[in-house]
Amino acid sequence: MNEHNVRNFNINFGPQHPAAHGVLRLVLELDGEIVERVDPHIGLLHRGTEKLIETKTYLQAVPYFDRLDYVAPMNQEHAFALAVERLLGVEVPIRGQLIRVLYSEIGRILSHLLNVTTQAMDVGALTPPLWGFEEREKLMVFYERASGSRMHAAYVRPGGVHQDLTDQLVEDIGKWIDPFLKTLDDIDELLTGNRIFKQRNVDIGVVKLEDAWAWGFSGVMVRGSGAAWDLRRSQPYECYSDLDFDIPIGKNGDCYDRYLIRMIEMRESAKIMRQCVDRLLGDARVGPVSSLDGKIVPPKRGQMKRSMEALIHHFKLYTEGYHVPAGEVYAAVEAPKGEFGVYLVADGSNKPYRCKIRAPGYAHLQAMDFLCRGHQLADVSAVLGSLDIVFGEVDR
Amino acid sequence: MSEALQELASYLGEVRGNLISETALAYGELTLSTTADKVIPLLTFLRDDVQCRFVNLIDVCGVDWPAREARFDVVYHLLSPQQNVRVRVKVATSEFEPVPSAFGVFPGADWFEREAYDMYGILFTGHPDLRRILTDYGFEGYPLRKDFPTTGFVEVRYDDEVKRVVYEPVQLRQEFRNFDFLSPWEGTDYVLPGDEKAKTN
Repeated sequence: MNEHNVRNFNINFGPQHPAAHGVLRLVLELDGEIVERVDPHIGLLHRGTEKLIETKTYLQAVPYFDRLDYVAPMNQEHAFALAVERLLGVEVPIRGQLIRVLYSEIGRILSHLLNVTTQAMDVGALTPPLWGFEEREKLMVFYERASGSRMHAAYVRPGGVHQDLTDQLVEDIGKWIDPFLKTLDDIDELLTGNRIFKQRNVDIGVVKLEDAWAWGFSGVMVRGSGAAWDLRRSQPYECYSDLDFDIPIGKNGDCYDRYLIRMIEMRESAKIMRQCVDRLLGDARVGPVSSLDGKIVPPKRGQMKRSMEALIHHFKLYTEGYHVPAGEVYAAVEAPKGEFGVYLVADGSNKPYRCKIRAPGYAHLQAMDFLCRGHQLADVSAVLGSLDIVFGEVDR
Repeated sequence: MSEALQELASYLGEVRGNLISETALAYGELTLSTTADKVIPLLTFLRDDVQCRFVNLIDVCGVDWPAREARFDVVYHLLSPQQNVRVRVKVATSEFEPVPSAFGVFPGADWFEREAYDMYGILFTGHPDLRRILTDYGFEGYPLRKDFPTTGFVEVRYDDEVKRVVYEPVQLRQEFRNFDFLSPWEGTDYVLPGDEKAKTN
């Protein structure tokens, strides 16, 4: 073969590919095994969430958020609830806040477990997903016991949370933490020092901090590059400012640092969960879990049997819903994948006028070309794994 | 928080007041309105000024107000990790007037602007690759515009005879239900014939 016959090679990666984490189609231009250009084609899971939310009342919009990042559903609902509460000026009682934080951290562990273990699978290890998914299953049972649903919870609602937790459930969550830390140690032992895992991840997909900010990165992607930035600490919401936890940051900004951060964050989340469990069984054992404003939060079944006003509120809230004063807010939470934001424009009616969902994965995925250029083809799946992409939130 | 924003607002008004047409502080958030020709200098200033350092582009999105002459708002959300504040920049535009792309200032604007183009048909000049992003290959129309029906125009199914997915006009088994909830108890004044006689003038 002479010089003239050498040409770049285009391949299609996905939409059905186990390392694509869902429905991603990457058009890769290769020079030998070196990636010259990456063109991600997304939208294969686009369901028009934002348009649908515009035709639903504020309460009916909540379940759509579960279906965005479906590995950590409640964190998304939380962002929407915060946005609506800011417009309405509603305060959530402390027990409700603790439950929200508890379940947000469960969501974080759910998401990080999935990401860390499937990233290991992308680079060739099969055992970690089996160990990690066992713990995820237990966590989803906690979701189910709180909300009745393993994944699509619709539990965090504007004004608070839907139902109170039983003491038994809170105790069981407390009992889950220590065995989980043991499992985490096992996964740690399996991966962190593993030669193959390191060869596949160290110095791959390096991002400098300036680039990370400019590309709109957030969450683990900026912490991996050395920014001490976590919305739970820097712009605290709920009761995060009262809780004791640390923010791990990386030094090199490569896939391996991001993996390490996720591992440490799971331990920190377990620490937060422990504090929430202690308080939910201690000083916040009794108390309302949602705002007592009857114009926003529907009454309990028992109240409806006795109070005419509660019955009227129930009827009105589940048909017409509440009207939210006109205005615009942007509320963000530190979701497991980064900053998940909701830009909500209200026009004074019972439906959102515009609800822009700012998904962290969207900003991360658009940098695929920037991150993968010059890497080997095999590194594409390692980089993709460390970006922590879930197509529910990217495509919306 | 809001003192820091107040300070920032007055500082911006002093230094770059010519670039900002309106400043609003509501719900603890600062909104700067500007025009399409001034948005790039403003974003560049916000990114580079040592007292601002809004280096992180959070979001770019469109909002549709069909009743207005310039029917779209392009809304930029910026974050300054150093000052720990957020700011919102708004530009009003119409279907035909393009907005300069922020890609040169923040490379992260790439997909967000593509999405705004895809969903609203807002045009961005100087964008390197303004293609549709979320909708189907060959999609027509701009789905998030208020005049686009939620049910859409076409539906797809796999046709066993031609062995491929075919597009057909959407058929609704039940009409799309959209209730008018603006409360009759608070809003409308019911006028029954003959009622005016009851009023004593």
